[in-house]
Amino acid sequence: MSDATAVKVREIRALIARHKRWDVIFGIIGVLSLMIGVLTFVALFLDMVIDGAPRLTWDFFTNFPSRKPNQAGILSAWVGTTMVMIVTICAAVPLGVGAGVYLEEYAPRNWMTDLIEINVTNLAGVPSIVYGLLALGLFIYEFGLGQSVLTAGLTLALLILPVIIVATREAIRSIPAAIREGSYALGATKWQTAAHHIIPYSLPGILTGVIIGLARAIGETAPIITVGALTFIAFLPPAPVQAEPPFVSFEWLMSGFTVMPIQMFNWTSRPEAAFQLNAAAAGVVLLVMTLSMNALAIYIRYRLRKNIKW
Amino acid sequence: MTSISLADRIDAVPEHFVSDRLARRKLRNIKERIIELVLFLAASVSVATTIGIVLILLKESFVFFQQVSLWDFLTDSQWTPLFSDAHYGIMPLLSGTLVSSTVALLVAIPLGTIIAIYLSEFAPFAVREIAKPFLELLGGIPTIVYGYFALLFVTPLLQMIFPELPGFNLLSAGLVMGIMIIPYVSSVSEDAMRAVPMALREGSYAMGATRFQTAIRVVTPAAFSGIAAAYILGISRAVGETMILAVAAGMQPNLTWNPLEPAATITAYIVQVALGDLPHGSIGYQTIFAAGLTLALMTLFFNVLGHILRKRFRQVY
Amino acid sequence: MVGTPIPEIASVAAAATSPVPAKKSESKRLSFYYGSFNALKNISMPIYEKKVTALIGPSGCGKSTYLRCFNRMHDLYPGNRYEGQIMLYPDNTNLLNPDVDPIEVRMRISMVFQKPNPFPKSIYENVAYGLRVRGERKRALLDDKVEEALRGAALWEEVKDRLNDLAFNLSGGQQQRLCIARALATNPEFLLFDEPTSALDPIATANIEQLLADLKEKVTILIVTHNMQQAARVSDYTAYMYLGELIEFNETDTIFIKPGHKQTEDYITGRFG
Repeated sequence: MSDATAVKVREIRALIARHKRWDVIFGIIGVLSLMIGVLTFVALFLDMVIDGAPRLTWDFFTNFPSRKPNQAGILSAWVGTTMVMIVTICAAVPLGVGAGVYLEEYAPRNWMTDLIEINVTNLAGVPSIVYGLLALGLFIYEFGLGQSVLTAGLTLALLILPVIIVATREAIRSIPAAIREGSYALGATKWQTAAHHIIPYSLPGILTGVIIGLARAIGETAPIITVGALTFIAFLPPAPVQAEPPFVSFEWLMSGFTVMPIQMFNWTSRPEAAFQLNAAAAGVVLLVMTLSMNALAIYIRYRLRKNIKW
Repeated sequence: MTSISLADRIDAVPEHFVSDRLARRKLRNIKERIIELVLFLAASVSVATTIGIVLILLKESFVFFQQVSLWDFLTDSQWTPLFSDAHYGIMPLLSGTLVSSTVALLVAIPLGTIIAIYLSEFAPFAVREIAKPFLELLGGIPTIVYGYFALLFVTPLLQMIFPELPGFNLLSAGLVMGIMIIPYVSSVSEDAMRAVPMALREGSYAMGATRFQTAIRVVTPAAFSGIAAAYILGISRAVGETMILAVAAGMQPNLTWNPLEPAATITAYIVQVALGDLPHGSIGYQTIFAAGLTLALMTLFFNVLGHILRKRFRQVY
Repeated sequence: MVGTPIPEIASVAAAATSPVPAKKSESKRLSFYYGSFNALKNISMPIYEKKVTALIGPSGCGKSTYLRCFNRMHDLYPGNRYEGQIMLYPDNTNLLNPDVDPIEVRMRISMVFQKPNPFPKSIYENVAYGLRVRGERKRALLDDKVEEALRGAALWEEVKDRLNDLAFNLSGGQQQRLCIARALATNPEFLLFDEPTSALDPIATANIEQLLADLKEKVTILIVTHNMQQAARVSDYTAYMYLGELIEFNETDTIFIKPGHKQTEDYITGRFG
C-alpha cells in the first residue's frame, strides 16, 4: 500500500513537472506579446521625437504652413483644431449626456428604447470615414453649411456621441438605487433627482468619457478630409471676440479651416524629406495632446474606482 | 406636543394656498414633460444619425447605380472612375481591403488573444495594473500617427528584408494596423474571460489542472462567444480603417492578393477622391458613396454578428 | 466564550465505542488567515479512512475554509496563509508543506463544490477532464473510465445516450452528480464535498446522500453541510465548529445523542445557529 502510493506520487510529480513547463512557456509568450506592443510604442514615439524635435521651436507654433519646409508651422492647424473642438464639445456633451440620462432614468422599456440602444452600439462600430460621407451629403449639400468649422465640429460630435452616451450610462448605472429613492422620498421630481443627484454624482465618469471622446476627435483625419478641410491655409478664421460692437462674432463657424491631423497628413504625403520632418514634429504635438488626454481620463477613472465605495 | 390631527391642519390651510399649490404642480408637470421631451430628442439624435447615413449613402448610390450596373460594379476587375476610359469594378478596392485586413488580423488576433489570456489568467496584479492602461493608450494613438510610422519607419525596415518592396505596400500598413487593433481585441477578450465565473476555474484547479490547462481548456472555451465578438470587432476596425492605408499603402486601385504590392482600399479611395475637387453630382462624386455603402454594409454585417455573439455570451453567464 | 480546550485526539479516539479505523488524514494545529483575519484557529482533527466525516456549524464558522485547506484551494488567491500541518497517510506527507505542489495535492484529493460547476463542455468531456488534464489520450481507456465514473455517480443510465450533449442541459441534481463523476473519474484517495446539496431539491439531495453511502466503501470523505439531519444521516464522524474553532469532534452518534459540550448541544437542538 505504502509502496504503491509512493510510486503513484512519483508519477504524479513527473506529470506535474511536465505540465508546469507549459505554464512557464506561456508566461514567457505572454510577456513577449506585451513587449511587442511596448516596443512598437517606444519605436513610434522615439522615431517621431528624434525626427521632429529639431523642428519643435516657438516659430513652429506661430507660423502658417509654407512652401519652404523650415519656415512652415502649425498655427492655422492648432487654431483650427481648437475651434473645431469647441463646436464638438458644445454639440456632443449636451446631446450625449442628455441621451445617457434619458436612456437610464426616463426611457420606458419598449421597442423605441431598444432601437436607440442597438443604434448606439452600432454607431460605435461605424467607420469614421462613413461619418465623413454623411457630413458631405447632409451638412454640406443638404443643409448648405459649407466646408466649414461648423461642419467639421458637428461631424466629429456625431462620431464621439456613442462614446459619451456609453460613459454617461455606465456612470449613472454605478449610482445605487438608494440615492434615487432617497431623493424621490423627499418629494423630488424626476428631473430634480437627475439634476441634483444623478448627474452631479456621475460627473467624473461622464468627464472620463468626454475626454476620451475628444482625444479621439482630435486625432480623427478621415472624416475631416471628406468634409473638405483645406490642406494649405495661410489665414486664421475670424476671431470670435471683436473690438467693435457687438463684440462677439460667429463668422468663424463658417470659415474654412485645417486641423492638426490634416496638416500632418499633408506633410507626410509630400515627397520631400524636409516636410516629413515637419510631419514628425506635428505628430509629436498630436501624440502629446491625445496621450495626455487619455492618460488624464485613465487617471480620473482610477481615482474614481479607488475613492468611491457606495 | 400638540394633538392636532393631519386632517385638522389641512382644513386650516386657506383656500388660495391649495389652488396655488395645484397651479404650481401643473407648472411643474409641464416643465417635467418638456425636459423629458428634450432628453428624448437628444437620445433620438443617434437614430437620426443612422437614418441619415443610410439615406445619404442610398440616395447617392442610387444615382450611381443608374449609370453603372450592379453586375459591372461587382465583376469588373478595374476601378478607374476618374479616367476617360472609366471602369467601375469594386473588386480592386475590395482586394486591397481584404489583403490589408488579413495581414492586420494575422497580427492582432493571435497577439490580442495571447495578451488577453495572459492578463486575465497569468499576469500578477501589478503587471495587469500597468499593462491595461498602457494598452488603452496604444488604442488612443491617432491613426495618422500610425500611418506616418508605417510609411517612414516600418516600410524602410521591411525593405531591409524584402529589398524589392515598394514604398507604398499593403504589408507595412497591415502590420501597423494589426498593432493598432491589438488593444480592441485584447480588452474585449479579457473582459469576456474575466466574466467567466470563478467557480469554473476552481472546478478545474480542483481536478489538478495547471494554470495553462485551466486557461486553454476551461476559461477560453467558456468565454468563446465573447472572444469571437472581440475578433469581429477587430475585423470591423480593420475593414474601416482609413488613414494608415491612405498614407502607407498608396491610393492606386490594384487588383492583387499580394501584400508586398501597393493597393488602394475602399477607404483610401474615398480619401483620394475627397482630396481632389470633384463637383457635386458628378459620377466621380457618386462613386465614393457607392464605395461607402459597400463599406458600411460590410461593417454593419460584422457589427450585428458581434452584437449577437456578445448577447449570447451574456445570456450564458 | 469559546475558550474551551480542544480535546486531544487520543482521548477522542479512546472515548469512541467502536474500534478505531486507520487515519487517512489529520490536521495538526491548523490555523488559517485571510490576510490578517484569522479564520481557523488551531484545529487538530483526524479524518478516518473510508469513513464519512461531516463538518457542521453555523455559517461563517470556517467549515468550508477548513475543507478547502485539504486541496490547497486557498493557494489560488493572494494573501492567504496557513499555519500547522495537514498530514496525508499512508505516505505521511504534510499537504501544507510549501515544497508540496498544490496540483499534486489536488490530483490525489478531489472536490465537489457547493453549486454544481460543470464546464461548458459535453457530459463526456466533463467527466474525462481530470484524465485529460493528466495527459490521457487513449479513447478506449477514457470511454471505460467515463462510464465507470458515471456509474459510480449513479448518472450513467440517465445520460448514456447523450454523452455528447452540453452539460448545462442537465438538471441541477444531474449536474451535481456529473461533478461527482468528474471527481471520481481520476480514482481519488480522498473526496471533499462542500455543501454538495445546498443548491438541490429534496429528491436530488436524497440521491446524492445515497451516493455518499455507496462511495465510502472505496474512498474517504470529508463533507461540509449546513444541514444537521444530513450530517446525522450520512456521516460516521462529526465535527462541530464555531468561529474558526473546533468545539467538538466525535462519532456522529455520540455528537447527536450525547454531545460533550453545551454549545454543541444548543446548536444541534436548534436553540442557536
